[in-house]
Amino acid sequence: MAETTLTHTDQAPRPEGWQGIAADWASDQRAFKNVSWGKAMMWIFLLSDTFIFGCFLLSYMTARISTRVPWPNPSEVFALRIGGSEIPLILIAIMTFVLISSSGTMAMAVNFGYRRDRRKTAILMLLTAALGATFVGMQAFEWTKLITEGVRPWGNPWGAAQFGSSFFMITGFHGTHVTIGVIFLIIIARKVWRGDFDTGRPGFFTSRRGRYENVEIMGLYWHFVDLVWVFIFAFFYLW
Amino acid sequence: MVDITPADAVPPAEVAEVELYHPHSWWTKYVFSQDAKVIAIQYSATATAIGLVALVLSWLMRLQLGFPGTFDFITPEAYYQFITVHGMIMVIYLLTALFLGGFGNYLIPLMVGARDMVFPYVNMLSYWVYLLAVLVLVSSFFAPGGPTGAGWTLYPPQAIMTGTPGGQDWGIILMLSSLILFIIGFTMGGLNYVVTVLQGRTRGMTLMRLPLTVWGIFTATVMALLAFPALFVACVMMLLDRVLGTSFFMPAIVEMGQQLQHNGGSPILFQHLFWFFGHPEVYIVALPAFGIVSDLISTHARKNIFGYRMMVWAIIAIGALSFVVWAHHMYVSGMHPYFGFFFATTTLIIAIPTAIKVYNWVLTLWRGDIHLTIPMLFALAFIVTFVNGGLTGLFLGNVVVDVPLSDTMFVVAHFHMVMGVAPILVIFGAIYHWYPKVTGRMLDETLGRFHFWVTFLGAYLIFFPMHYLGLMGIPRRYAELTDMTIMTESAHHLNSFISIMAFIVGFAQMVFLFNLIWSIRHGRQAGGNPWRATTLEWQTPETPPAHGNFGKELPIVYRWAYDYSVPGAKQDFIPQNVPGSFGLGPSREPA
Repeated sequence: MAETTLTHTDQAPRPEGWQGIAADWASDQRAFKNVSWGKAMMWIFLLSDTFIFGCFLLSYMTARISTRVPWPNPSEVFALRIGGSEIPLILIAIMTFVLISSSGTMAMAVNFGYRRDRRKTAILMLLTAALGATFVGMQAFEWTKLITEGVRPWGNPWGAAQFGSSFFMITGFHGTHVTIGVIFLIIIARKVWRGDFDTGRPGFFTSRRGRYENVEIMGLYWHFVDLVWVFIFAFFYLW
Repeated sequence: MVDITPADAVPPAEVAEVELYHPHSWWTKYVFSQDAKVIAIQYSATATAIGLVALVLSWLMRLQLGFPGTFDFITPEAYYQFITVHGMIMVIYLLTALFLGGFGNYLIPLMVGARDMVFPYVNMLSYWVYLLAVLVLVSSFFAPGGPTGAGWTLYPPQAIMTGTPGGQDWGIILMLSSLILFIIGFTMGGLNYVVTVLQGRTRGMTLMRLPLTVWGIFTATVMALLAFPALFVACVMMLLDRVLGTSFFMPAIVEMGQQLQHNGGSPILFQHLFWFFGHPEVYIVALPAFGIVSDLISTHARKNIFGYRMMVWAIIAIGALSFVVWAHHMYVSGMHPYFGFFFATTTLIIAIPTAIKVYNWVLTLWRGDIHLTIPMLFALAFIVTFVNGGLTGLFLGNVVVDVPLSDTMFVVAHFHMVMGVAPILVIFGAIYHWYPKVTGRMLDETLGRFHFWVTFLGAYLIFFPMHYLGLMGIPRRYAELTDMTIMTESAHHLNSFISIMAFIVGFAQMVFLFNLIWSIRHGRQAGGNPWRATTLEWQTPETPPAHGNFGKELPIVYRWAYDYSVPGAKQDFIPQNVPGSFGLGPSREPA
């Protein structure tokens, strides 16, 4: 479906400096030229979601710097015993690698989507979903390990109770985001595979016709979830 | 003056993404409707219904305060439950939902010249999640232990402890769940409002030609999308504290002689999160009111708004500043003097853009052709009330004045004036103004004037004496104001007087509701544009507007929203979609 072309009929020169910036933003019909409604909405949603994760992380940091009992050492807590030696942060390193790789496959899916290569797009999206599901699975493994070691939301054997509470809350909230992403990746991959975006088949709930741009919008969400993980990784595991 | 291009040179901009779902049955037309106008009415009706609950709660509180010891069923626990739910409903479930969900849904697509919101399906979900949030809140009345009585700020640790009503029962859990649902629902709607304004306007509708109503609602929605996350996080964390026994907000604490399991949490952290939401929330309610009142004044004074650009920038400046003032709600919690200094300074700086707006309203009225219609009466009442409430804000923004006044009736009087009465007056004015567009009929004039005078004068008789009580040192939040040395005989009489006035004002609202329902069938036929206004919602082919708003072709906008009394024009208004200058005198539209 073609984008509406937006031509400026008034050729009046734009003012210089800040006034020009304001005039551009305020100009006819669209503040962001050639940005579709869906993409604009996703960006604004992500901005709002950034504030949610920001508040979570700031609250966690407040708890961590103000606690009067020792904070458990992440290198020891998040270590795995492999072949007789403790390897610090190994699971997290693998999880992070998996999630970042899924951003790569997602970007490739977007590319093939715009080339109308249905098969490759769908396969790459499913691969992304599989990597995301792997991430969530490893997170479940990590949770199980910590729970068997005695970490609870209300306390743990090594120090400040807020360690467990923040850990389960923040990784849980992020894991929920990944899970929702996986579900929508599968839904959109199915639509691509079936050719909905070529035939203009209306959506079941919305009765709107989708476009290959939906793959890119899905990608925005997915990259955001990955980016948030980088911050969680840095502030929770590396601090 | 902007160059005016002939109509045939620019085709109407029908954006490819517009695909409206046309309803096939009664259910999809009136209940599960994707039409923003139907959703707006659903939002408004739900908000009004829950608002009536809050009104009744305020009556019960006034019964207790005015006539202490007379009504046995109002126990201290019940009083705290009333005060909590009253505040929560009024601020969030009534004012926020009505301004953004109600007026936002109805007016944004019509005023920017769009067929609907950009994603009608998501918009519909927004309402149903909001309804669910309201039902969860109402359900807490029927839960064991009743609703929470923690105060509308829900401060921990007391919010989840035994002595507080609902603290160890269902009350607080249902309250927090309801807030989380509200935020999810609001986000779905809010994204729609923002994207519709940014990306869904008709041809010719630049941002600087938007009616100020849209500017107010738009900026408030952006703020809400950035402020509600803090409340969301605070609610999630307190829910975990209460349900799972975490200690985010709970310090080591002794309850009923027993040491609780909690340890090491920070109650102050909750206050920061809450007020990072809570202060922008004040302006989330106020900015739509600012915007709407600008349009009411301009239309009913038949004069262009004074200083349109300044008005827009003032709205943006207020929105931005309101994110850096939150700790002025926490002076009594204790803070470093330099922080107090910082937050007092930012708080007082907000007075500048706000004062610009007040001056511009007054200068719009200056030598205008003022019609004292009911919307205009409410708009004038708003200006007066807002200035009164704002001036006491200058007192409370200063640390040294706030600390002694903070826990007194003075604060109650201040925020009821500035964010209770003032925005409600605008809501009434807006309903009298847009009711003809929604229903095709006028509201009854006589009942309207009765409603206005009783509400306006009554609100002053309720809240003005409260300032005096507060300066005497009468505390707020006390369930019973007897046997205190500061509680003199005259203070008692004043309290009883306030209570009686509260009942009278509440009764006037019943008259208003009767008017709303009665006029749907019996009101005078309004026609398409009874106020002879310029904005696009009055130029629709049908009244009330049909699904899709504008018939076959979207309107093209040629001028700003305020071409009233243009010299040389035949009529004293030129709608936004009328082309050509007709050799008129200069429009006052800023170039």
